[in-house]
Amino acid sequence: MLKTFSLGGVHPAENKFSAGQKIEVLPVPEQVSVPIAQHIGAPSEPVVAKGDEVKVGQLIAKSTGFVSANIHSPVSGKVFKIDDIIDASGYKRKAIIIKTEGDEWDESIDRSEDLITEVTASPEEIIKKVGEAGIVGLGGATFPAHVKLSVPPGKTCEVLILNGVECEPYLTADHQLMMEKGDEIMVGTQILMKALKVEKAIIGIENNKPDAIKHMSELAGKYPGITIQPLKVQYPQGGEKQLIDACIGRQIPSGKLPIEVGAVVQNVGTTLAVYEAVQKNKPLFERVVTVTGKSVSKPSNFLARVGTPLNQLIDAAGGLPEDTGKVIGGGPMMGKALSSTEVPITKGSSGILIMPDEMAKRGKTEACIRCSKCVSVCPMGLSPYLLMTVSDKAIWDRAEEEKIMDCIECGSCSFTCPANRPLLDYIRLGKGKVGQIMRSRTK
Amino acid sequence: MNRLTVSPSPHVHSGDSVKKNMYGVIIALVPALAASLYYFGLGAAIVTITAVVSCVFFEWAIQKYLLKNDSTIMDGSAALTGLLLAFNMPSNLPIWIIIIGSLVAIGIGKMSFGGLGNNPFNPALVGRVFLLISFPVQMTLWPKPIVSQAHYLDAETGATPLSVMKEGLANGETVSTMMSKIPSYTELFFGNSGGSAGEIAAAALLIGLIFMLIRKIITWHIPVAIIGSIAVFTGILHLVNPEVYAGPLFHLLTGGVMLGAIFMATDYVSSPMANKGMIIYGIGIGVITVVIRVFGAYPEGVSFAILIMNGFVPLIDKYVKPKRFGEVVKTAKA
Repeated sequence: MLKTFSLGGVHPAENKFSAGQKIEVLPVPEQVSVPIAQHIGAPSEPVVAKGDEVKVGQLIAKSTGFVSANIHSPVSGKVFKIDDIIDASGYKRKAIIIKTEGDEWDESIDRSEDLITEVTASPEEIIKKVGEAGIVGLGGATFPAHVKLSVPPGKTCEVLILNGVECEPYLTADHQLMMEKGDEIMVGTQILMKALKVEKAIIGIENNKPDAIKHMSELAGKYPGITIQPLKVQYPQGGEKQLIDACIGRQIPSGKLPIEVGAVVQNVGTTLAVYEAVQKNKPLFERVVTVTGKSVSKPSNFLARVGTPLNQLIDAAGGLPEDTGKVIGGGPMMGKALSSTEVPITKGSSGILIMPDEMAKRGKTEACIRCSKCVSVCPMGLSPYLLMTVSDKAIWDRAEEEKIMDCIECGSCSFTCPANRPLLDYIRLGKGKVGQIMRSRTK
Repeated sequence: MNRLTVSPSPHVHSGDSVKKNMYGVIIALVPALAASLYYFGLGAAIVTITAVVSCVFFEWAIQKYLLKNDSTIMDGSAALTGLLLAFNMPSNLPIWIIIIGSLVAIGIGKMSFGGLGNNPFNPALVGRVFLLISFPVQMTLWPKPIVSQAHYLDAETGATPLSVMKEGLANGETVSTMMSKIPSYTELFFGNSGGSAGEIAAAALLIGLIFMLIRKIITWHIPVAIIGSIAVFTGILHLVNPEVYAGPLFHLLTGGVMLGAIFMATDYVSSPMANKGMIIYGIGIGVITVVIRVFGAYPEGVSFAILIMNGFVPLIDKYVKPKRFGEVVKTAKA
């Protein structure tokens, strides 16, 4: 039997319409808006001013702490202004807006297609390089990659796990990357293994991508220490905790990090970015974005520059369909509904999902019938029905006791609930409040 | 441009609904209904129709005239309560008693607590036990199968295997003598014996169980815990003294064990939420059932056992939590 994680999980309709679509390079946009907060941690600080000339790959905002990330210009041209724009969060956030002139790359970037397999950088140099290149988790969580590579003193990493699961329905960006950039991902894996000083790496891929499993398994033969782990299709297998459990059968204790069980997880897209940064000196300023949906005429996988407005990608995929009711940044389970198609692509944009109107509205909420389906699908072993009740009634100590902070917000409970109850909405509310209380206690 | 809907994730739903689950259980009851109509004919039809219609009617009337809220009769839960209530009554029960039972089941068992989702006790069993205590004579006259096909109130009645056994043992007879006076295990399995309208055919009820497991309407925990604990408990007693205590198969195939374990105890609202809790609840029902049957005054105890354990559900839910991720740190080497 195929491996998977041990608790809960659901299997939403996969709808991978854009599977097998070759990665298409999107034309460089006329103007980009690059938000300075597009990663978890402290926002970056602009190092350019209005009117400055910039090249592709030039540093435009620098990291402001350990958990923060550098940002590089995705285009060449002139800084038009640094101003507040509405970003994917729906709030006004500061962004660097650049008007494009030509496409002049920084000279230090190796733009050739040649595969460089020999890793000459030392572990310290690799971590430094990954930090400088502004690489963050490209699966969507956008956690700065160099932080994960810096194993805290007293802990040892035993195995590197690569996330090629892409468990979100609709999305195909990682799948296509594995098919087209397999060798680069393998070298990237070797680089990460060297940085973490581990001999073993496992790439987890769900069984609904047999071509990727076959292709990556063939490539893995050429690179020592890398194995491919086919996994049973089960959402949320791409969650860090679930993936570690599925691949090596270890469960991270509540409130702890993967390193606690000797593992570090990186996404395959992130691994490719690491390859490009270390071997090609190319910082992270472009990524693969899936544009898809039931009514989208040309579901596609695009290589797009960070800061490109969403509507340019949507136009390239055949335009916004007539019946559009919702535009989601990311997948349908954890993605964020966007209020406008003007918002820019960021480092964490794995996909744009366009939903027809009839799918955009939720069903009518009914009374809880205590069917316990939310309990049985929760991958963290929580009781979503109870967490909703205590959050609604503001019983925060009970919410904490019931481990509300363990919730990974995968949405399996709300997805499953026959009574259409907004379980996760209430749990998010409770998490926010309980988190606040817990932080004030440690102060 | 279109106005875009903005709402928190997840943006998709499984498509499951309260209705689908309720009608799913009703479909799972069809084989048992067919068996009931086959063995008890006219009487079973009248009892079932009366119970279903009056349960739905009382829910509608209470919501319209007393609670003044939106009607929920289309969700299938009231019809299901009616069906289960009918299955728990003899097929020669007068219509007026059935109507009283339905009023108690829906009015007191369900709506007085706030309707679907809020009732601590299984509504159909509340109705049934109310009738059993109020109308002990009518509720324990059991039409004989097959010969009753064309009869309702005038059906020829006889004792159930459970009461035959209970009386015999009380009069000092041995289990083996009494076993010769009741239908064979095969007949019991297919339902050819006296009893409540819907409880007699284990085979039909098991088909319903398989259907509900495949459709993921319920999980195996509660039925298996009840059936398993009854088998183990009566098995031990039988081994201790086979002439005083009947064997596990007798207990499993008679009375309301199958109906109770598969359809009554698994009622969503009045059963625990965590798998471990469901097993504790199931074992409790099994043990109490056997205690009542073997040591108590009544020949049958499934309904009481389920109602008693319904009362423990809040306590079970408070102390028995699902297995949490990372609770037990696995130390296996990669």
